[in-house]
Amino acid sequence: MDLFTIADKTFSSRLIVGTGKYSSPAVMVQAHDASGAQMITVAVRRVNISDRSKESLLDYIDTSKYFLLPNTAGCHTADEAVRTARLGREAGLSNWVKLEVIGDERTLFPDNEALIEATRLLVPEGFVVLPYTTDDPIVCRKLEDAGAAAIMPLGAPIGSGLGIQNANNLRIIRECARVPLIVDAGVGTASDAALAMELGADGVLMNTAIAGAQDPVAMAEAMKLAVRAGRLAFLAGRIPRKMYANASSPVEGLVGR
Amino acid sequence: MQITLNGDAHEVAGPLTVNELLARLEIDGRRVAVEHNLVVLKRDAFDVTMVRDGDEIEIVNFVGGGVQEG
Repeated sequence: MDLFTIADKTFSSRLIVGTGKYSSPAVMVQAHDASGAQMITVAVRRVNISDRSKESLLDYIDTSKYFLLPNTAGCHTADEAVRTARLGREAGLSNWVKLEVIGDERTLFPDNEALIEATRLLVPEGFVVLPYTTDDPIVCRKLEDAGAAAIMPLGAPIGSGLGIQNANNLRIIRECARVPLIVDAGVGTASDAALAMELGADGVLMNTAIAGAQDPVAMAEAMKLAVRAGRLAFLAGRIPRKMYANASSPVEGLVGR
Repeated sequence: MQITLNGDAHEVAGPLTVNELLARLEIDGRRVAVEHNLVVLKRDAFDVTMVRDGDEIEIVNFVGGGVQEG
């Protein structure tokens, strides 16, 4: 059994999914089920005081089946992210956090300096920190040194669906990292997820690629299979690339020679 | 008394405990986290933490969001 361990938890699925942008909670629930994911990320937001009619996200998510990973999406400073992480811990009774500190609204690229600072503050408080970062091997190393339980470099900008933009950086990060590597953001379709896994990622986290697909439930299943296929291919060890052909059939005993 | 609740001015008779405040707002305390004057409260502190005039309260819960809300 090919298990996926982060900090003190072990999962059989290497796909982590989000809860945003779904057309309805029912579609989200079906997509989660089809994805086979065991970990789901959720955002922490102010309760709407004046309109209490909105149902809670937790009405739809079976927390006995899924492990909830609070995120700090939308935070722009280390301080905001740390406060949000602490609130998420109390709301969810878990000390895990997908740490995001956004540096720029247009690209949603992380502010790596603030991200490292927030990681340094949260790790001593007992948090299992999973930071969303750029695909920069040096930043990943600093996050690891700061005590991150995994590193989560982007494949491409959040929600862009562009796929893995810098495969070589991910290879370098893979080679250097001693903690799990999760490709977070940028996946557009199944082959992108498979490629991330073939490059040696331990897992893939996505939201828009599934929630924004024309058929989110079918895409969720496609992603499940792609992550599994990419993982198996990585473990199996691909053949080296060659410039010229190399016949698969015997070259002796050909008729007429 | 007046408190700042999720960033907005809010009138409420008090002082009162955090649990009493949640009850008045009809919020299920098991589903939320509360920050009192920038300190995140443990759930078992909801019953003993007093909210007073001028206090700042943040009440949050989980919403849908994957990576970043679009």
